[in-house]
Amino acid sequence: MIAVIDYKAGNLTSVVNALHYLDARDVVVTQSPDVVRGADKVVLPGVGHFQATQLLAELGLTEAVRQSIAKGAWFLGICVGLQWLFEGSTEAPGTPGLGAFAGICEHFPAKEIKQIDGKEIAVELKSPHVGWNSLEQIRPDSRLLRGVASGSFVYFTHSWRAPVVQATAAVTNYGGAFTSAVERKNVMGVQFHPEKSADVGLRVFKNFVEL
Amino acid sequence: MLTKRIIACLDVRGGRVVKGVQFVDIIDAGDPAELAHRHAAEGADEVVLLDITATHEGRGTLLETVRRAAAKLFVPFTVGGGVRTADDAAAVFNAGADKVSINSAAIARPRLIGEIGASFGAQAVIVAIDARRGAKAPEDAEVYVSGGRKPTGLRVVEWAREAESRGAGEILLTSMDTDGMRDGFDCELTAAVSQAVQIPVIASGGAGSAAHFVEVFGRGRADAALAASIFHYGVTSSRELKAQLARAGVSVRLPC
Repeated sequence: MIAVIDYKAGNLTSVVNALHYLDARDVVVTQSPDVVRGADKVVLPGVGHFQATQLLAELGLTEAVRQSIAKGAWFLGICVGLQWLFEGSTEAPGTPGLGAFAGICEHFPAKEIKQIDGKEIAVELKSPHVGWNSLEQIRPDSRLLRGVASGSFVYFTHSWRAPVVQATAAVTNYGGAFTSAVERKNVMGVQFHPEKSADVGLRVFKNFVEL
Repeated sequence: MLTKRIIACLDVRGGRVVKGVQFVDIIDAGDPAELAHRHAAEGADEVVLLDITATHEGRGTLLETVRRAAAKLFVPFTVGGGVRTADDAAAVFNAGADKVSINSAAIARPRLIGEIGASFGAQAVIVAIDARRGAKAPEDAEVYVSGGRKPTGLRVVEWAREAESRGAGEILLTSMDTDGMRDGFDCELTAAVSQAVQIPVIASGGAGSAAHFVEVFGRGRADAALAASIFHYGVTSSRELKAQLARAGVSVRLPC
């Protein structure tokens, strides 16, 4: 059973549509800690503000996720769901993340240095980071990204990003490199939206469903 | 690096795709859900569905169309046209849209932008702006509403900045002067707006060839561009268009 956590942070219809399209068995949208604890796989989607993850603690879901991961269930965080795996985010300083990975998520810089006609110029970086950008340096042993080649494009829409850590499974470049996928054993996260990333995204979901 | 986006746009009335040239001359061109899926399969980076049904009764048909399209669409899906309240927006999101586009409703009540964003995320709110400038400088372009018919007295850069400060995720800018003419985007107008805000700007109005897209992504400083009439005449697919853009040095998503 795949539990898709609903914490009212945005639209999980697309995530559920994608899982159904891939014939995933037994997809349950839930806010129940018991259901999460009993699931083989847990998906935490999410858009919007990091602050919204506060609801996870209030609903007892943070603890349920911890227990679920400890007993070996596969976990996939999407977008804010990936950021929540870290220690927190400057977007909501009072809201701790799960802390599975070290580091705090930060806002993209307002400018980046570009070489234009041989000169270094500070160019404004559009925010949020919206659109198709590429996954680079994909870790060869990643199970989530199996069959996805470095240079493949996926869809992002976010203003905060997670630092590059040892468990980083792919990086993406926008105002510097950031973690676009993280993976350590059964704990996984993607900053991009697999449900909005066409064939590459469906491949990522398929890999997760087939774990 | 972040690529420039080609966004396929479908105008829909009463559940059927129609074709508009400067908002007149309607031709039936098919089922919106099928066309949305076809565009995605042919490489569109996003799909926009704009409902131009005039009446309130049409909303039920629209939501059913959105549901059918969204069930098998795995690229970002934006729905606009007739979204007047936060409840209208919620209904559209619940039917499966990823973003909503609001135009006149945002001008009538700018707080709507933040209200929708609070529930669904700022990145899910696109503020669409129709502007006309005639022979005037881009900064003096005037914002129009009601399908591009009524002038508002607002200047485009000021309104774009206000929309941004209210929490818009992106701006969708349509040039009334070039729309449907297939003779190029208004690159000066697009650049003026793009430089005035930090949020992404989607250019619309005037696409007729790959060269026009190259221009609007270059000196037009657009982050994305809408393509409507160019596809309805089967002139090219998104994939083929992007191949031409890539040859001209534009960073695009390929393969797709």
